Amino acid sequence: MGKYIVRRLLQMIPVILGATFIIFAMVFALPGDPTVGKCGERPCSAEYVAKFREEHNLNDPLVVQYGKYLGKFVQGDLGTNYYGIPVKEDLAQRYTITGRLALMAIAFEAVIGILAGVLAGVRKGRFIDNLVTVSTLFVISIPVFVIGVFLQYLFGIKWGIFPATVPSLDAPTSSLILPAFVLGSLSIAYVARLTRTNLVENLRSDYVRTAKAKGLTKNRAVGVHTLRNSLIPVVTFIGADFGGLLGGAIVTERIFNIQGVGGYIWRGINSRDGVAVVSTVTVLVIVYLLVNLLVDLLYGVLDPRISHD
Amino acid sequence: MTTTTTSSAPVSDYKPDADGRLLEVDDLHVEFHTQEGVAKAINGVSFDLHQGETLAILGESGSGKSVTAQAVMGILDMPPAVIPSGAIRYCGQDLLTMPEEQRRKMRGPEISMIFQDALSSLNPTFPVGWQIGEMFRQHRGMNKSDAYAQAVRLMERVAIPAAKERVKQYPHQFSGGMRQRIMIAMAIALDPAVLIADEPTTALDVTVQAQIMALLAELQEERQMGLILITHDLGVVADVADRAAVMYAGRIVAKAGIDDLYARPAHPYTRGLLESIPRLDQKGQTLAAIGGLPPNLTRIPAGCAFNPRCRMAQDVCRTDVPALRDVGQQKSACHFAEEVLNG
Repeated sequence: MGKYIVRRLLQMIPVILGATFIIFAMVFALPGDPTVGKCGERPCSAEYVAKFREEHNLNDPLVVQYGKYLGKFVQGDLGTNYYGIPVKEDLAQRYTITGRLALMAIAFEAVIGILAGVLAGVRKGRFIDNLVTVSTLFVISIPVFVIGVFLQYLFGIKWGIFPATVPSLDAPTSSLILPAFVLGSLSIAYVARLTRTNLVENLRSDYVRTAKAKGLTKNRAVGVHTLRNSLIPVVTFIGADFGGLLGGAIVTERIFNIQGVGGYIWRGINSRDGVAVVSTVTVLVIVYLLVNLLVDLLYGVLDPRISHD
Repeated sequence: MTTTTTSSAPVSDYKPDADGRLLEVDDLHVEFHTQEGVAKAINGVSFDLHQGETLAILGESGSGKSVTAQAVMGILDMPPAVIPSGAIRYCGQDLLTMPEEQRRKMRGPEISMIFQDALSSLNPTFPVGWQIGEMFRQHRGMNKSDAYAQAVRLMERVAIPAAKERVKQYPHQFSGGMRQRIMIAMAIALDPAVLIADEPTTALDVTVQAQIMALLAELQEERQMGLILITHDLGVVADVADRAAVMYAGRIVAKAGIDDLYARPAHPYTRGLLESIPRLDQKGQTLAAIGGLPPNLTRIPAGCAFNPRCRMAQDVCRTDVPALRDVGQQKSACHFAEEVLNG
């Protein structure tokens, strides 16, 4: 197990290098000059442009730029963005709020999604099953910004149950409930369907028949003997989804005025701020890989046939 | 029960009648209501089972053997299965009218079952000892470590080597024969009076088949269980069964003592089955097979269900359903049973 984890961690290094270089190259391949618009309506002076390019190593070839960047990165220096603010500080704040948001969305997925899936699977073909199947289809077919704005209007403005927007970066958890639900809504629907399908499949399996023949209660036959196997694909999905939620929260963050990671990447790309974008994405890649490792380790817990020796 | 192997075993509330009769299935019908129509899986099956007796139920796939067993166990999925009529009496009490909770509590301590494919029938995600011990924890409220101790005792009883070391291993870490032994250990854990074995050796090598059958016979003798042995393999049951019932299209078409069944079949279907067993002394000859396929249960032929495949079929076979009647020492549901018996 320990060996397995070390091997997996080592395998991450080339993946991180490759991913960050591709992003680095893509950011610099974008047309446009990062100094445009920095000096108000007028074009910037030649001295300013020269100084700016020198400071940010923009005159070096791409590979050298990447090398210099990487050298600082491994020392824990994520560089400064084009506004002169250390990227590290920005990221710490923004990953905190987006991380909280994503974790809450994952919690919604796991609790509501699995619960709805189990209820639908156990009562296949009955009312609750149809309700879950139709409502999840509904959620899947509506774009998230429509759901977001709609729920913001209903709960935030009309009924005033939750704050309509998130006031600041250190906002209370209660103000994140609505955005987290919106962020997780699509995945809640997927998790519910995935759980339902797998549960229905496993309920037909021989070992569930054995559980009945052993005189176990129906709750035990489903809850203990069926659910565990049915959750393996669901865990995979939720794990992969966490990375997606961190980077892909941009729409939800915009709706609820959350200054998170998505918006930071968006602004970085628009202002050709390579350092900011690459650092943000590198952290994203690392988190994604770590969550994947965690999911793989969880498999071993859920299914003893999967061994990590 | 005459044999108790656990000190904490409670006395059963159920007592067989004076003849030692445990189970009585009476004119049982089972239907499956599907989108293609109503499949009549069981059409009036009756048999009984006594203490210490082994009854073999023989037939091809789709003849209703497993459905009968699952109806007795009460583990049919209803719906789609429906039991429109009939009775299954265990020690005089009708299981079909009993509250589900009472019936559930009988599964394990009174009636128990083992299945064909032990790998898929055991839960892959729990240790085997945990699965055996679950019987004691759930039915007797035993704590975890005592239940594990019971699991070790049972695994030793079914001759699993190094039971103590292997009790916490998972099903996939055992061979096919060992897995079936674990299934058996689980089924006999609470000393049931009736054990139903549904194709217990079909998924196993021939040598292992013999070992498992010997183990079942031994346990049955030791505990005086009533054993129902369901199989399509006539070779497997010859040595262990006392009586046999042959099923075809959801009916019992022949019943006989096991020796009579092999020596003097009184139904053309039984005879066909016996002729289709390969024999070493007939090497080089074409193996006799029963032509055609078992009928679709949504469209069972009129008259005798076997008539389209029967060499002896006459007009009467296509119109009248033959009743199961006495023919010598046996019972046969054939209009020409005497001719079959004597021919």
